[in-house]
Amino acid sequence: MRRRGLLRLIPALLLVALVVWPQAFAPLFAPFAPEGGPVIYTRTSLLSLSLSHLGLVALASLAATLIAVTAAVLVTRPAGAAFRPLSRSVVNIGQTFPPVAVLALAVPVLGFGAGPTLVALFLYGLLPIFENAMTGLSTLPPSVMEAARGIGMTRWRRLWVVELPLALPVILAGVRLSVVIALGTATIGSTVAARTLGEVIIAGLLTNNTAFVLQGGVIVGLFAVLIYDGLTLLERRLSPDRKAG
Amino acid sequence: MIEIDEITKIYQGQRAVDAVSTTIETGTIACIVGTSGSGKTTLLRMINRLVEPTSGEVRLNGEATSAMPPHLLRRRIGYAIQGHGLFPHHTVARNIGAVPRLLGWPKAKIAERVDELLDLFGMEPSQFRARYPAALSGGQQQRVGVARALASRPDLLLMDEPFGALDPIIRARAQEDLRRIQRQLGSTILLVTHDMEEAIRLGDKVCVMDGGKLVQDAAPTRIVADPASRFVAEMVGDAERPLRLLSLIPLSDLLEPGEAPGDPLDEGANLRDALSACLWTGREAVPVSRDGAPVGRVTLEAIRAAALRHGATDDAPVPA
Ligand SMILES: Nc1ncnc2c1ncn2[C@@H]1O[C@H](COP(=O)(O)OP(=O)(O)OP(=O)(O)O)[C@@H](O)[C@H]1O
Ligand SMILES: [Mg+2]
Repeated sequence: MRRRGLLRLIPALLLVALVVWPQAFAPLFAPFAPEGGPVIYTRTSLLSLSLSHLGLVALASLAATLIAVTAAVLVTRPAGAAFRPLSRSVVNIGQTFPPVAVLALAVPVLGFGAGPTLVALFLYGLLPIFENAMTGLSTLPPSVMEAARGIGMTRWRRLWVVELPLALPVILAGVRLSVVIALGTATIGSTVAARTLGEVIIAGLLTNNTAFVLQGGVIVGLFAVLIYDGLTLLERRLSPDRKAG
Repeated sequence: MIEIDEITKIYQGQRAVDAVSTTIETGTIACIVGTSGSGKTTLLRMINRLVEPTSGEVRLNGEATSAMPPHLLRRRIGYAIQGHGLFPHHTVARNIGAVPRLLGWPKAKIAERVDELLDLFGMEPSQFRARYPAALSGGQQQRVGVARALASRPDLLLMDEPFGALDPIIRARAQEDLRRIQRQLGSTILLVTHDMEEAIRLGDKVCVMDGGKLVQDAAPTRIVADPASRFVAEMVGDAERPLRLLSLIPLSDLLEPGEAPGDPLDEGANLRDALSACLWTGREAVPVSRDGAPVGRVTLEAIRAAALRHGATDDAPVPA
């Protein structure tokens, strides 16, 4: 257990150092920089780029979670069952659009900046959450649902007290997947002037500076690993089987 | 009093429950017995409206259940579901307190009630209160399920095979507990079982179901001594009928003055116990005691006569 904690601490510390004090890593990245070119990206603070990147991902994922879970709740009610196939195809279409195409289509409407990126991340995040929420809500143990009705819980109460808590671990697994996808996808937001860590990577690509590409890539990667891990922990803590142990 | 009036449930043209009528008096236990698929669960679920009847009516103390909002009706009726149905994400205490919480009881009163019920079912509250259902044995889960049904002290309890997962010893204890609790509280219980032995032991009345129909509905002694059909006789078990019957007659019925050798039986025991004692120890009579003091004896002769009396009325062929 202690070793596992240490294993988590190392990438976390590394990430903080990379973001707050990038100069310290200059010797490490120097071999990848072009002759005489800059080694460390300094045009903008990496900290502010990271925060903006995370902010976009958080906002889009939150919206996607709210919409996808609400939709899943609606189509798993008896009255909403008819809309299940339709909602599924709508969400699937959101997923099949390449994010670049979404950006291209959204820019004329929303202009450059964070807007189109948010839309792309949101659409992209819907599917895993919706699918998982639907699975979670429609595979609850029948005897538990019967008991909930049998002791006189109202529909609302059943949803809040029994169905959603029981489906929560499955829903969270969808959220986790969707957040990690969004962390990666957000980098291309920089092509339409959203402030994300993609800026560093794209600057590197444009100037043939592999050091920049690595810096941006490593930071995004570490964020993804740590957030994935954190959400897995949360999921496990919330699952009823775990509580039993 | 529960009046079930010509209640019918049709699933895809099949009559799962077919025009069943019966009355259950307040403060009694009615056991519904029948083979698998005979419509027992469906009948039970129509009483708290988990299933809406195709036709017919159920009245609780004269009031038609169809006139009450289902969730309020269900809060008045304790329900122990087939296979317990505990909430896996709630502790034992929270599971048991589910209905009192719905009814808005104060926290302290709920906690007190939970401990009381755990005690009643022989589960140490400090040890079990905070556990999750997955950390209980099958029998413990089932007892918690029954405790949940009892929590708000409902006047009416519906129990669907509540003791199915218990081993014979715990099962017998749980049955005794239920009987005791029921007598104490004067609750009315409808209990589904496929075990005739259990129905005879617990029921003030036994309702035998076959293919959705109620084929006989009578006191246990009558079901055993005078089965209404071949099917009921088979359910009772032809060969076991005399013993079943003897197990329903208390020693006090045949008590006579006099002495007998060997260990005494308590007055509350039944003729089957006395017969076993006679056969096993080669005695012609057993002494009977009340609160440990001898009050007389029961003889093998008298037991044989009692069996014969019932057997003789039974000589008439059982209707097919
Ligand atoms: N929701 C349903 N839809 C269709 N048929 C059903 C439904 N529920 C029950 N039935 C049918 O009704 C009949 C009676 O079922 P029920 O569950 O009442 O039997 P049971 O006596 O409780 O059996 P068991 O002892 O196995 O629990 C069965 O043939 C069953 O298949
Ligand atoms: Mg059943």
